[in-house]
Amino acid sequence: MTTAVYEERLERMWRSRPGFLGWAMTTDHKRIGLLYFWTTLVLFAAGGAEALIIRTQLAQPNQHVVGPATYDELFTLHGVTMIFFFIIPMTTGAFGNYLLPLMIGARDMAFPRMNALSYWVFLASGIFVYTSLFIGQAPNAGWFDYVPLASAKYDPGHAIDFYCLGIIFNGIASSLTAANFIVTILKLRAPGMSFNRMPLFCFAFLAASWGLLFALPSLTADAIFLFLDRNVGTHFFDVAKGGSTLLWQHLFWIFGHPEVYILIVPAFGIATEIIPAFTQRRVVAFPLVAVAELLVVFIGFGVWAHHMFATGMPTVTVIFFAAATGIVVIPSTIQVFAWCMTFITGRARFKTPLLFIAGFIFMFVAGGLTGIMFLAVPFDQQVTDTYFVIAHFHYIIFGAAVFPIFGGMYFWFPKVTGRLYFELPGQISFWIIFVGTNLLFFPMHIVGLEGMPRRNYTYSSGLGWGSYNLAETIGSYITTVGIVVLLVNLVVSYFRGPPAGADPWHGATLEWTISSPPPEYNFAVIPKVSSAYANWDYADREEDRRKLAEGIMVLEQGHEQPVSAPVDGWLAEIVEMPHDSPWPILLALAMSIVFVLLLLHLWTGVCFALAGIVLALLGWHGEEPQESEA
Amino acid sequence: MLALAGCGGEQDTLNPHSHASTDIANLFWVMTAVAVGGLALITGLLVFAWVRRGRRGFGGDPDDPHPGERPAWFVVVGMGVVFPLVVIVALFIAGNWAIINVTQAPAASSTAMTVDAIGHQWYWEFRYPGTKAVTADELHIPVDTRVNLVATTADVIHSFWVPALNRKVDAIPGRQNRILLYANEPGVYRGQCAEFCGLQHAHMGMLVFVQPRAQFRAWLRQQAAPAAAPTTALARRGRQVFLSGPCSSCHAIRGTTARGYVGPDLTHLASRTTLAGVTIPDSRSYLSRWIVDSQHFKPGNEMPDFRLTGSQLSSLVAYLESLK
Repeated sequence: MTTAVYEERLERMWRSRPGFLGWAMTTDHKRIGLLYFWTTLVLFAAGGAEALIIRTQLAQPNQHVVGPATYDELFTLHGVTMIFFFIIPMTTGAFGNYLLPLMIGARDMAFPRMNALSYWVFLASGIFVYTSLFIGQAPNAGWFDYVPLASAKYDPGHAIDFYCLGIIFNGIASSLTAANFIVTILKLRAPGMSFNRMPLFCFAFLAASWGLLFALPSLTADAIFLFLDRNVGTHFFDVAKGGSTLLWQHLFWIFGHPEVYILIVPAFGIATEIIPAFTQRRVVAFPLVAVAELLVVFIGFGVWAHHMFATGMPTVTVIFFAAATGIVVIPSTIQVFAWCMTFITGRARFKTPLLFIAGFIFMFVAGGLTGIMFLAVPFDQQVTDTYFVIAHFHYIIFGAAVFPIFGGMYFWFPKVTGRLYFELPGQISFWIIFVGTNLLFFPMHIVGLEGMPRRNYTYSSGLGWGSYNLAETIGSYITTVGIVVLLVNLVVSYFRGPPAGADPWHGATLEWTISSPPPEYNFAVIPKVSSAYANWDYADREEDRRKLAEGIMVLEQGHEQPVSAPVDGWLAEIVEMPHDSPWPILLALAMSIVFVLLLLHLWTGVCFALAGIVLALLGWHGEEPQESEA
Repeated sequence: MLALAGCGGEQDTLNPHSHASTDIANLFWVMTAVAVGGLALITGLLVFAWVRRGRRGFGGDPDDPHPGERPAWFVVVGMGVVFPLVVIVALFIAGNWAIINVTQAPAASSTAMTVDAIGHQWYWEFRYPGTKAVTADELHIPVDTRVNLVATTADVIHSFWVPALNRKVDAIPGRQNRILLYANEPGVYRGQCAEFCGLQHAHMGMLVFVQPRAQFRAWLRQQAAPAAAPTTALARRGRQVFLSGPCSSCHAIRGTTARGYVGPDLTHLASRTTLAGVTIPDSRSYLSRWIVDSQHFKPGNEMPDFRLTGSQLSSLVAYLESLK
């Protein structure tokens, strides 16, 4: 038999249903990744529009573009959207889903239907939270949602219930994705890909997934407590009845600070793949960088209370968290210097993706340096809750998470679409965004030091804040123009771009060994791997072609996928993977009904809807692929 | 006082007027100098890579798959681990060993006086324990005197913050957080609630008047006294409007039957310079506009429109203006 025959058989085995049903029932990680991509892009536009209204309102003192009630909803939704509905689902959901199996030589995620479920739950939670805006009940106590402001006494109505339930609902999607990534990375790596041969991208996603899995329960518990306090009459946060308002803050930030690293570590992963491709050099100090990616998330669990230095905690507690805040810097400085030295010792080509990574390093260092300042407790207590902090974390979140996302969109565009983007508009979009974000966020340092607190819907004239705020607002418009140029460039390239071929960048990892866009089965032959930069191991690629012609490790007899030992990557067994299924979307639908009924306090209805969840799970397990008795 | 035109005043962390704020500001400038150096170093490395773009890697032999790996390791370990550790330890000692003592809560009974700051949605109530004085939004303290400020809240979390004098401290239900308030020289320093507390968080400003000691003592004596009885017929009618209408169910005026505790104590309203959380000046025209349409200045505040007649309003304003 020939290569073409094997490919044709695989094609038939892995083909998805055509049309809408094919998308609704898909378990293909690439399709799910694309669904995530389009959904998060829409939500990014919503979060961006909220930010633009906020900036327009603050452009001058004493303006009334929106009133205080609307303003509070806008900044709450902006935070919730960008964190829970844009960056996490964009990095893990879109980039991770699409690329991770390709990078480790797998044909799908470890749990393909669970993967589909996490997307549909994510979509439903997004619709759930945004429904609140359209019925005038949007969450309005900030993304941090401190009690007692968020309690039923000070915030009656459904706004905060939307927040609690939306956060819990969204957390289910994130937890499912995180668990799926961990198992996929540990078990589905191509035979031979031991831990030390795993791309740094995968280390980053492994670290972020563990982080999510351990951080989310704290937030979920917090949201459940608040929902119960508001609706059932418990007293978790009610001081008058022996509860504690600081309990909310601790549980929130035990999630909230690791969350920052969960947002940026996947972006580190994107950077550590773009840099080798455009310097044609492996990342300097590979093992140190891999360990640093894991350590930053681990240490990130020990710094949460630095968000609470002004709450009057005992000095010893404050000092401990200040010290941890200092230590968490080290894994980041390791990575920054490793990236810079890779630029210098390699052959750097400053194409658009690398420009975004260079911009990311600049922004991340700028934001990181102001972050180090917070370990000096008196200074932190002076500037906390001012625009200085907003400047700091937007340099981190926009600079260190969103810049690599944009760079990654350009970098993998040829792989996903099969076409090249246009380089000149790409570089122009980078420079507009780079200038715009610095004009937007840098003056916030100054205006914060000059005493402007956060979360103010307006400010008095005569305090000297007007011109800085005007500059920030202009910066926000410039940034928007840059993002529009970027998106238009990608859309036009999708229709008019020149064909890209399999490997336009001479990339380092396995996704560049296969055609663009990838076939539904990803790899016609399970690839041989002997380093973390597999596409540069020419002898291995030659061997893959030979094996395909001879039908070795093609696994075309079913929906098959090899499973490896977690650390060494030995081939352990071949498993049959699930195919298209209607149950994930139906289960997500049943879960949505539960959350809507909880919101409406229809407790009996909740019980019936829970029965719907059980039915969907029964259907799900009824189609389990049968173990073949050999 | 004239410098107060508008509702300005200083609210700048880098224009300190106390030991604590001066130390914090100096620490900031030192940290900024180091940070600028760090950012310049990284930017320099990136620019260096850009200048050499397209050329073979720096310091390696062309056939080596990892050109310059060994010197690069030294840079990563030296600049990525050792150097930041040194900087962080130095900063930690400076910030959390030397300066923290100046900004901490004062030791018990080490201060000459105590002031209670009570956060409300949306104004600050200030009490002077040991006297009957209660004021709103405008705090007076004597110069060169260590004051023990106790921050508490009547409702949600607020944060007491006067940047020119010290760092901020949260006012949290069920807790009494303390901070040292001290000023080197007389003056007016602006502060603001720093923790999001609802609709009018933006209009929860305060002014700290630092006065020579004798002047402060006179002020406190006058504030502790009950309200003077109105002397004109118009003001007497105004008092009637105040006490018989809805005003007194939310506001207190010591020396009368008005004992409400929703809005600020108005006993010496006319001695204040600003109204509504340092939002508008305390003048006749602003006061009457505030009474008629407070929702225009602070949308969402607790004071409704009472639809007073023209004569009710003018007599009420005359009475309130007599409360020196």
